Amino acid sequence: MTIQVTETVAIEHGLNKDEFSKICELLKRIPNITELAIFSAMWNEHCSYKSSRKHLKKLHTKGKQVIQGPGENAGIVDIGDDDAIVFKIESHNHPSFIEPYQGAATGVGGIMRDVFTMGARPIANLNSIHFGSPQNKKTKNLLRGVVKGIGGYGNCIGVPTIAGQTSFDESYNGNILVNAMTLGLVNKNKIFYSKATGLNKPVIYVGSKTGRDGIHGASMASATFDDKIEEKKPTVQVGDPFTEKLLLEACLELMADNSIIAIQDMGAAGLTSSSVEMASKGNLGIELNLNKVPCREEKMSPYEIMLSESQERMLIILENGKEDHAKKIFDKWNLDFSVIGKTTSSKKIELIFNNTKVTEIPINLLAENAPVYDRKWKKTKLPQKLKFNKDNFKYLNISDCLKKILSNPNISEKKWIWDQYDHTVMGDTIQKPGGDAGVVRVHGTKKAIAASVDSSASYCSSHPLTGGKQIVCESWRNLISVGAKPIAITNCLNFGNPEKEKNMGEFVECVEGIAEASKYLDFPVVSGNVSFYNETKDKGIKPTPTIGGVGLIQNYINMTTMEFKNIGNIVYVIGKTEGHLDQSIFAKDILNEKKGPPPSVNLFNEKNIGETILKLIENKLVVSSHDVSLGGILTAVSKMCIKGNKGIKIHDLKGLTNKYEYFFGEDQARYIVEIPKENIKKVNEILNKNLIHFDDLGIIQEKNVSFNGDINLPIEELSDVHKYWLKGYMDN
Amino acid sequence: MKSSVIIFPGSNCDRDMDVALKKFGFKNTMVWHNDQSIPKSDLIVLPGGFSYGDYLRCGSIASKSKIIHSVIDFANSGGLVLGICNGFQILTETGLLPGILQQNKYLNFICKNVFVKVKDKNNKYFKNIKKEILELHIAHNEGNFFCTEKELKNLEDNNQIAVTYCNSNGLEDDKSNPNGATKNIAGIFNKNKNILGMMPHPERMIDKYLSGEDGSLFFENLLGNL
Repeated sequence: MTIQVTETVAIEHGLNKDEFSKICELLKRIPNITELAIFSAMWNEHCSYKSSRKHLKKLHTKGKQVIQGPGENAGIVDIGDDDAIVFKIESHNHPSFIEPYQGAATGVGGIMRDVFTMGARPIANLNSIHFGSPQNKKTKNLLRGVVKGIGGYGNCIGVPTIAGQTSFDESYNGNILVNAMTLGLVNKNKIFYSKATGLNKPVIYVGSKTGRDGIHGASMASATFDDKIEEKKPTVQVGDPFTEKLLLEACLELMADNSIIAIQDMGAAGLTSSSVEMASKGNLGIELNLNKVPCREEKMSPYEIMLSESQERMLIILENGKEDHAKKIFDKWNLDFSVIGKTTSSKKIELIFNNTKVTEIPINLLAENAPVYDRKWKKTKLPQKLKFNKDNFKYLNISDCLKKILSNPNISEKKWIWDQYDHTVMGDTIQKPGGDAGVVRVHGTKKAIAASVDSSASYCSSHPLTGGKQIVCESWRNLISVGAKPIAITNCLNFGNPEKEKNMGEFVECVEGIAEASKYLDFPVVSGNVSFYNETKDKGIKPTPTIGGVGLIQNYINMTTMEFKNIGNIVYVIGKTEGHLDQSIFAKDILNEKKGPPPSVNLFNEKNIGETILKLIENKLVVSSHDVSLGGILTAVSKMCIKGNKGIKIHDLKGLTNKYEYFFGEDQARYIVEIPKENIKKVNEILNKNLIHFDDLGIIQEKNVSFNGDINLPIEELSDVHKYWLKGYMDN
Repeated sequence: MKSSVIIFPGSNCDRDMDVALKKFGFKNTMVWHNDQSIPKSDLIVLPGGFSYGDYLRCGSIASKSKIIHSVIDFANSGGLVLGICNGFQILTETGLLPGILQQNKYLNFICKNVFVKVKDKNNKYFKNIKKEILELHIAHNEGNFFCTEKELKNLEDNNQIAVTYCNSNGLEDDKSNPNGATKNIAGIFNKNKNILGMMPHPERMIDKYLSGEDGSLFFENLLGNL
């Protein structure tokens, strides 16, 4: 290809004028087209984190159990006995909107590769997916495609999908979100990293062949959408889960001995970013002969080879003399294996094609010298608290409100989705989707790992700082609720256009909120990813940071679930209810009121109450537990009733000022627990000792949810409205 | 008792099956698809998964694999061959069992607990099982059993239907049929009843912390009958 590189060509590659002059200045010449492509791939937002880097430094990333924080393929935490958990969440938003099946499928494939690249066998998948309003004509097909894509990939690999989150909001009409998370198990003495070391070490290409799919994928994910979105389809990669399964087994087989020096998967920006990152981390040069790269199509140019985002490929730096041994393993699994180059002392990336050097760029220009922006941003003021006219509440019927909330798209049961995900393969899933967190056993041990994904776009949009704190707390509560000690989190930061002050401000303040809460709770961030430019025709999404939390249950027989267990047991609400309705589902769905601040977050209470709940669970004093989140107490209790097929008689609550505020308010740091009568004294003692407020909510009964003559609803009726919405929506 | 589990590229329930067999006392060996022969075994298991990616009809490439001749010889000599999920699909593709497994009626992958009725106990797999109805787990996209009327008549006449989908009371109706299978069929035998193919995964139901424990009954019983 002999395209003359000009400023216009650079702009077509997603670089701006200043960036192009900086490249020419650094190189002291005009780059050729392949070199320009490499710069554009490394300097785009997706790979360079140029808008976010400054603020990501504020995150709390260290802790006693942290083996690897952000900066590697995934984060790693120690769970004792030489076992470690490798995990990360990643976005695949832009491709999933363009082509939902392949976009979502390759999102799952990509995150699994990030985990097994480090030597871990994936043991669980999760996902957080967000769609436009159900009335939007694209929503149904996007949802169907995304769910099929996630299932199609994860089911084939044979890794259970154990939990997830689905939401609908019109701000996602033009940009859906697909965030995929994977957890893997590794021996902490056998972890593999991407840092190259040693000169003249063979660089090996393994996996699928390189095709013309996904070219410019990373640049596409670093731009907003317009009317010409259909034209972007070729930038979406195509997944092949079968090859990934073979690649997984082959890599783990090769990792069993000491042949590998460094390994990196070819994800965004394919061969370009994997080779540059490995060389950069090792402060080395790398020389590749592109004629040796296995290609799926004929006559692929260096430009195409370097930009292709074909899936299921890995780059390995091997010890000298191990080539034959490694090749034997990849032959057994029928995968391509090719020595394509070597490490050098030049500190440059040098590419050879048809015996000619087609690229020569100092590595530091691509990595350390990549632009970093200190973008302008605007603080979001805490909105004024609303004064609800409670006289209007008189016209409401509390039973109807409850039913409407239980069938709300964001509250209703998502069985239609998780039935399509294999959630039991590997034989260790002890808590399936639909609870507070998914739980898998650490194979062959008494330990179990709990994981949950959470986000609250409404709260974050109303006040990003509070919203950022709130999601970390929600993740913490979800893990506590199943009896797990929270260990660490991964975050997927989905935002609009960072070049807009408002969006950048949302990002900065959400990150600050996440940092503050995770530091206070000793719940560090060990990995993550940033997705900006979730914007279509000038309209951006609500700020949606997603938190993936991971916790440890020392002995899995102590795990708790949320469904009510036994008639006659006592139900407590633990934590204080102030009745905060602003930004609640009740305010939005029943009162049609979208303003006001999110519930405030008190980190002391979160920590104190969370740790106390964990103590109650570990001492076997409570038999079920559930955190109170969207929809408040009555929603939470109803879900516990529905899952357990039991009713509850709610007491006539003393000093209740307003039942709507009490039952539907979304105050934080609250849990609902079921306590056998004989344990009440001990539970009270522990709660009082820790100065924790609690309400004796009621007693479990056979059939109905009842309260003071105001509510008397059979469980079947609640169950029907709760379970029907999604299936009904998809079938029509 | 000795068992062998065949691993095809793309199998993903091979380890789960190995764990289950060993838990109930089998001495199990894993056998690679490219091997020529299978060690001496009392039972051969074709596990679930997506053999060779299942990019053609499910199980069709596996039915032409190198190891499959040994499986067929073993089955024809009366050896016990159990195919679960993808294993069942492979057994129909080899012709060891009649019929085919089509895509699920509602075109979605289904992962959930189901009830199945044990239709025949005059065989080594279900003899002495006390329960009539088992709670097992399915996870498949192509489990919709279909066969010709003649084949169905043979299956019925020879009591070759092993298990059928039903509700918790044993009623075999449309509502309890998860995938549209003919006559709610979840699993069948060959004529000699040494070969069993079924969609549900007993290996996922082997302790009380999992989806249930009826899989334990299946394995304990099978071992006892050998």
